[in-house]
Amino acid sequence: MNELASFIGTAFASGTVLAVAGLGLLINERAGVINLGAEGLMLVSAVTGFAVAAGTGSSWLAFAAGAAAAALVAACFGWLVIWLNANQYATGLAVTLFGTGFSAFVGVSYVGRKLDLPLNHSVPVLGDIPFLGVALFRQHPLVYLALALALLLSWFFWRTRTGLIVRAIGESPDSAHALGYRVRLIRLAAVVAGGALCGVAGTFLSVAYTPLWVERMTAGRGWIALALTVFATWRPGRLLLGAYLFGGVNVLQLTLQAQGVQIPAPFMSMSPYLATIAVLCIISSNPAWIRLNMPASLGRPFFPSQ
Amino acid sequence: MTTRSLLNTLAAGALLASTVLFGCSKKEEPKPEPAAAPAPAPEPPKPEPLKAAWIYVGPVGDAGWTFAHDLGRKGVEAKFGDKVKTSYVENVPEGADAERVIRDLVAQGNKIIFATSFGFMDSMVKVAKDFPDVYFEHATGYQTSPNLRVYEGRFYEPAYLAGIVAGGMTKTNTLGFVASVPIPEVLRNINAFTLGAQSVNPKVKTKLVWINAWFDPPKETEAAQALINQGADVLLQNTDSTAVLQTAEKNGKYAFGWDSDMSAFAPKAHLGSCLLHWDVYYTKAIGDVLDKTWKTDMVKLGIKEGGNDFVKMSDAIPENIRKKVEEAKQYLIDHPGEVYRGPIKDQSGKEVLAKGQVADEKMKAEMNFLVKGVEGKIPTSK
Repeated sequence: MNELASFIGTAFASGTVLAVAGLGLLINERAGVINLGAEGLMLVSAVTGFAVAAGTGSSWLAFAAGAAAAALVAACFGWLVIWLNANQYATGLAVTLFGTGFSAFVGVSYVGRKLDLPLNHSVPVLGDIPFLGVALFRQHPLVYLALALALLLSWFFWRTRTGLIVRAIGESPDSAHALGYRVRLIRLAAVVAGGALCGVAGTFLSVAYTPLWVERMTAGRGWIALALTVFATWRPGRLLLGAYLFGGVNVLQLTLQAQGVQIPAPFMSMSPYLATIAVLCIISSNPAWIRLNMPASLGRPFFPSQ
Repeated sequence: MTTRSLLNTLAAGALLASTVLFGCSKKEEPKPEPAAAPAPAPEPPKPEPLKAAWIYVGPVGDAGWTFAHDLGRKGVEAKFGDKVKTSYVENVPEGADAERVIRDLVAQGNKIIFATSFGFMDSMVKVAKDFPDVYFEHATGYQTSPNLRVYEGRFYEPAYLAGIVAGGMTKTNTLGFVASVPIPEVLRNINAFTLGAQSVNPKVKTKLVWINAWFDPPKETEAAQALINQGADVLLQNTDSTAVLQTAEKNGKYAFGWDSDMSAFAPKAHLGSCLLHWDVYYTKAIGDVLDKTWKTDMVKLGIKEGGNDFVKMSDAIPENIRKKVEEAKQYLIDHPGEVYRGPIKDQSGKEVLAKGQVADEKMKAEMNFLVKGVEGKIPTSK
């Protein structure tokens, strides 16, 4: 029983990185901008967060710095893509390459360094409940924030006026522009906010999840988050489901191995991706649903008529 | 200024800046497209230093495998000073691109090239055939030729010593091993670890998890966590980062450093580090070339030769276990490589080594079984 509880706890932690990065990308894409630079943003924030944590010993400062660094890079990306109308896909890839190289370069002196941060977290009373405590209440604060964030974004996009405007800009920027909304500024705000969230996810990786810095430590999670956003048809709830499913299956195949169950090697590596794609495709297979949820202007440049 | 002229100016500025930066840089990264490499500045005439190059499969910053090799390279620079000029290329993927990088290094005048991963084997064999007057050294491979030498550490020796410590320190009699890829070298390490533990604690079991990568810190963390969730309280890994050790620290369990001294990363969890001293070999190899005594071989370095070691044993280890480690170490210095001494049974119960028998080099090189006491299978297809 205790093993199951530990398994659930580990799955939650594993899925949180993807969930937070995915929610950031969701904000981007709902506004109509696709940011393929997620991996680069996460790496830049990981190295910045680690550097600040190593220098100041404060976890909160590290998260703030990481988010700020990623937001800065995202802002440059936003300027290129929204004002100069560069191709969003190519620019996103460029951000990834830049982020990977820049973080490796800056991070050289931080390899092999240790952080002095508490490793274990527990919610005061709830963390001691026999089964549920171990399963749910011994996580880093960000895990709970991810859940809160998903609820917040659901409420924001579907229950507030501002959220409606952002979605409108994602569907038809020309109409929104005709109504007088500042399309480019709002898109930039979405890109920066999304970038900041990717930054939080990246910092979580290097400061809390595996507290160390090495080059390329995100190991492709930015790409997975991008795919998750699409497969979840841009809805926060399904995104969370996909993220925890991915994390869960990942931990599951490792746990099954530790129990001695024989699984062929390639299948082990494939299983998280397969499971997530399968589930999300099935629950979102209605073509009407997809049409309803996909931001119609995703990836297309917007030229305010002059 | 229009958008177009702004973009033009930015592009020109970026081009200028990158040309200046490339002209000043000394280190190379493998480039994605075959752009022409910038011409290096001409060397002033003086006795030509021997040019030696290393290719690494991962980043120097991994604090593990590649980091240890780079320390070896720096050892060469420290010992030979002006007589040698070293360079390295990191993050070289194993495969077709490796061949291009090796040929590039030969074209730059390097007379001896070290390839530090098993997967570079085919590329090294191919290029060695084309350049008979350049020396090639391949780590952990098994193919040699007149100008291609293979070198390997007896990694299983410190793994065995770690096993002794693990067997003595475990309270649940369950150990955990985070393994990379199913090749004989890794199986040797798993078996040596288990045999070492069983030599002091016959009831011990080792749970095994494969992550199919040499370096992936988040996955290593998850694998370690899965093992701990299943009851393992002492872990060893043969993957390249400190993630497993740090996960053990987080959960209040024990673990070891691998490839380099990782004691600083986990003050409570660290029991000892299995260390590699590549500078011992690299200075010998460079010395061979300078003295013109280089010949091909399959070199193995163990504790006896100073190629690896088990260091920084924690104060938490009781005295009787320490003594056993010292005795085993001395035995391995006197009998290099004799970790697998019969009787040994594999997982199915079949006896693979009879009492009194010792595994020979062939058996070790082709090891494809796991000893009794290891819980986990070898993935059937790689």
